[in-house]
Amino acid sequence: MSERETDSGDTAPGDEAAEGEEFAGGTSGYVVGLGLAALLTAAAFAMVNLPLVWRPAVPMALVVLAIAQMGVHLVFFLHVNTGPDNTNNVLALAFGTLVVLLLIGGSVWILGHLDHAMMPMDRQMHGFP
Amino acid sequence: MTAKAQDPYRIGRGGGEDTNTGRGEGGPASKRTTVGYGFWIYLLSDIILFSGFFAAYAVLAKQTAGGPSPRELFGQERVALETAALLLSSFTCGLAGVAAERRKLLPAQLWLLATGVLGAAFLGLELAEFAEMIGEGAGPQRSAFLSAFFGLVGLHGLHIGVGLLWLGTMMAQLWVKGFQPQVLRRLMCFNLFWHALDIVWVGIFTMVYLMGSI
Repeated sequence: MSERETDSGDTAPGDEAAEGEEFAGGTSGYVVGLGLAALLTAAAFAMVNLPLVWRPAVPMALVVLAIAQMGVHLVFFLHVNTGPDNTNNVLALAFGTLVVLLLIGGSVWILGHLDHAMMPMDRQMHGFP
Repeated sequence: MTAKAQDPYRIGRGGGEDTNTGRGEGGPASKRTTVGYGFWIYLLSDIILFSGFFAAYAVLAKQTAGGPSPRELFGQERVALETAALLLSSFTCGLAGVAAERRKLLPAQLWLLATGVLGAAFLGLELAEFAEMIGEGAGPQRSAFLSAFFGLVGLHGLHIGVGLLWLGTMMAQLWVKGFQPQVLRRLMCFNLFWHALDIVWVGIFTMVYLMGSI
């Protein structure tokens, strides 16, 4: 095992790059991240409470804002970026995202259809002829 | 042009002059990198666990069984306060990490303390909400929607509670052992854990509270 705690070619997630100036590094990176995250959160609350967007489009707007804020957290707080020392972390993240999307999307898709195909509850109660 | 310039991501791994660790050439990665990567894998698996609860909530949110609906239950003031507390605690936690990297004990401890206070405020608000809901007869046994709600939000709250215990032991370790490499590695893992919980909370306040109040 290497004696050095950090090395230049491979960065642990959450660590800033060992060499050179990193985008979104240091205290200023956290300040920028906090500002962006607060802005996106405020925008999400405003979507619901103010008549900014066509009503039926609000859920989609909320999803977009949430994904944007997760991206801000990943880049500015978790220091996951596309640098060459970060490929392992990004690949693991991509696989995790794939599983999450399959799980949530698949459940909503399949059970939505199942719910649609089910008999209404009140007719079930009164018995089937 | 050197091989490094042509292939900055070392996908081909060629050139023979590769000194990058952890990719077959250049020797094993440092302990900090392997520990961080292992914890990253754990965090992704934890997020997959959360995604199961998110899926259950998405499917069951409309199954209120004649009981209270999300619209009737959730007030936005409390969730706005909770969100602010957790976001600020994520920020102070990051600053504690920066202070620890610069080997400044007092700022690191103070930022960690701020993180703990904000996290405890979040947990207190959440427990007050749970107590209020159960008092109104909207407990987890009332409907499938409420079971899914208490499962998802309660699991997140449980993570925050465990994180607060971890935070306390980290402060004690910094106090007693100082900036030893293993203490710094644990602090890095705690930072990752806390930021990941904030990412999960973004999903919860969007899907449960904001979509529930439309």
